[in-house]
Amino acid sequence: MSARDNILRRIREANGHEGATGAKERETILARLDARVRGPMPTMDWETLPRFRERCIAMMSTIDEAGSFAEVPRAVASYLKQKNLPTSGACWPEFARLDWAGAGLRVEARPSHGEDKLGITGAFCALAENGTLMLLSGEDTHATTSLLPENHVAIVAASRIVRTMEDAWDLLRSERASLPRQVNFVSGPSRTADIEMTLVLGAHGPFRVHVIVVDA
Amino acid sequence: MQVTSNQFKHAASLKLADPKVQKALRNAKGKLVVARSRSIVELDNFEEIREAAARIRDFGLQHMDVLLEEWEKKAAAAGTIVHWAETPQQVNDLVIGIARKHEVRKIIKSKSMLGEETNLNHALEAAGLDVRETDLGEYIIQQFGETPSHIIAPAVHKSMDDIADLFAEKHGRPRLDDIASLTHEAREILRPHFLDADMGISGANFLVAETGSTMIVTNEGNGRMTTTMPRVHVAITGIEKIVPTLEDISLLLRLLTRSATGQSISNYLSFTTGPKRPGDKDGPGEFHVIIVDAGRTKVLASEIREALRCIRCGACMNHCPVYQNIGGHAYGWVYPGPIGSILTPAYVGIENAIDLPNASTLCNQCGVVCPVKIPLPDLMRKLREEQVQKNLRPWPERLGLRLWAWTAARPAVYGLLTGIAARIGKWLGGRERLLHKLPAAGSEWTSGRDFPAPRGKTFRELYAQHRSRGTQ
Repeated sequence: MSARDNILRRIREANGHEGATGAKERETILARLDARVRGPMPTMDWETLPRFRERCIAMMSTIDEAGSFAEVPRAVASYLKQKNLPTSGACWPEFARLDWAGAGLRVEARPSHGEDKLGITGAFCALAENGTLMLLSGEDTHATTSLLPENHVAIVAASRIVRTMEDAWDLLRSERASLPRQVNFVSGPSRTADIEMTLVLGAHGPFRVHVIVVDA
Repeated sequence: MQVTSNQFKHAASLKLADPKVQKALRNAKGKLVVARSRSIVELDNFEEIREAAARIRDFGLQHMDVLLEEWEKKAAAAGTIVHWAETPQQVNDLVIGIARKHEVRKIIKSKSMLGEETNLNHALEAAGLDVRETDLGEYIIQQFGETPSHIIAPAVHKSMDDIADLFAEKHGRPRLDDIASLTHEAREILRPHFLDADMGISGANFLVAETGSTMIVTNEGNGRMTTTMPRVHVAITGIEKIVPTLEDISLLLRLLTRSATGQSISNYLSFTTGPKRPGDKDGPGEFHVIIVDAGRTKVLASEIREALRCIRCGACMNHCPVYQNIGGHAYGWVYPGPIGSILTPAYVGIENAIDLPNASTLCNQCGVVCPVKIPLPDLMRKLREEQVQKNLRPWPERLGLRLWAWTAARPAVYGLLTGIAARIGKWLGGRERLLHKLPAAGSEWTSGRDFPAPRGKTFRELYAQHRSRGTQ
């Protein structure tokens, strides 16, 4: 008997089953998986976009707006200048064609490595409930770009802001056949309170997360 | 991890007398309890969500076999290599086997309480592997050569000064004296290891049956590094972490971080499904998950199975008046506080943790705050009963209770003996009306405080007197 068989047998015994669970019962159990029933939700009497803004700030992200994708490089440049931050780094390939150089930035479309101080990503969608970005790993949506640089700039289309995590899963299921290698929900800069319960931003991931909501 | 739970009383008294520990505990208590109470009011139907969370966890326990099989099927389809381990030893052997196969030298680790159960770091080091904890608290604890004292704040018992001294010594850099600089120094020291480690080891907060994913809840970013940067990733997790759907996880997450640190959401929630996909430029080439029993099926079959609902938030310990005063180390194993008082005897043997189910006043603060409604005091009471049934209590206690039971069943003898004791007590109490020292088991009670002396008459005598006066 393998460890697997032994463990599964002990689970069945503990639950008062003899032998493998019958086909019919199995079907009932798996039906619960397919049904994807939502549990009780708290009252959410807020508007999506204002809530997203408010919660981003609560999670210590900063937030800005741009009228179109073409305006994004200038918005990024003005943020970096205002905070006196480095102006070169990596972006997701979907933003390769934006005029970064015209805004005085040196941005390369490639996965980020340990040396970059700036990482520019999009997001699969964003969640208003807690001011969260939903990032999917993938060929052109490199996970490292939102993780290794000290400064993470995320570009989010206003039309891609959903309300809750449940809504985000529904959107993902409707657009993708399966989950990517990794789904990351990012809410603000990395942080720790492991020394004397005192909050410090910039633990191992970014020190800053700057969200630009594009009117698109 | 070595079990020292049977030295609970001694360890607890040392912690009570340690001003550093007391200071750290006071600080943590104030912050965590307040933060939780502020954040749960964001959920206007908190109790309804909590009830639903308990049902989700119970569904997972009741149908664990089918859900794990479904999880395994989905995980394997995504390319995950699934292993099963019955014992802590098997977990360590599997991890070492994977490391050997991939010629791993350096391992980075994100937090895993199961890894503490199996003493994984020790086993990896003994196998000649370089293993580095990367959660700041765990990193500090590993540098000190200690064990965590809290499941989500492992170094909560250390002060900034302790850590400043440690870092100056271990990092060979000038001593720093503020918390932000210490945190950022650890970041600088650990960053190169993230980039050149061969293997990452993480735990898992949940397994999602619907998708075959493992998921972790983190704040620092080290969990994302561990699951993304090295070429091999191994996740180790208990069988009880299984949850049916992504909707169920979404609900549980509304409770988990609020109950743990008072955050509405933690910084990073990472759902991993398989290794790097074709075309991906990051992520591990191989992803292994080890599904672990290590005592869990025994608990599932027992009267305390509700303990397996636990989602490891730490609220029970944060709110426990015993934990608040002695901290985590006195509990003598991986899990401290009320949940530890239940899981430790269950996992390491009730005879090896005889004091733990009794290390509680049964005030039920833990039961009230538990986000998945584990009836913690009831479970402790069941373990106390089991101790008595198995004759595990010390003989003076057993003898004392038998004598008490014998007299209590004989009202005349009981009345006579308590009458004598009340008069001796009054005489001994003197003008102060205080007893400074009680005999037998009572001596422990009076070692820290006085006992009010009886006034000379028993309740039965006063009651009889009152009745006879009333009928006159």
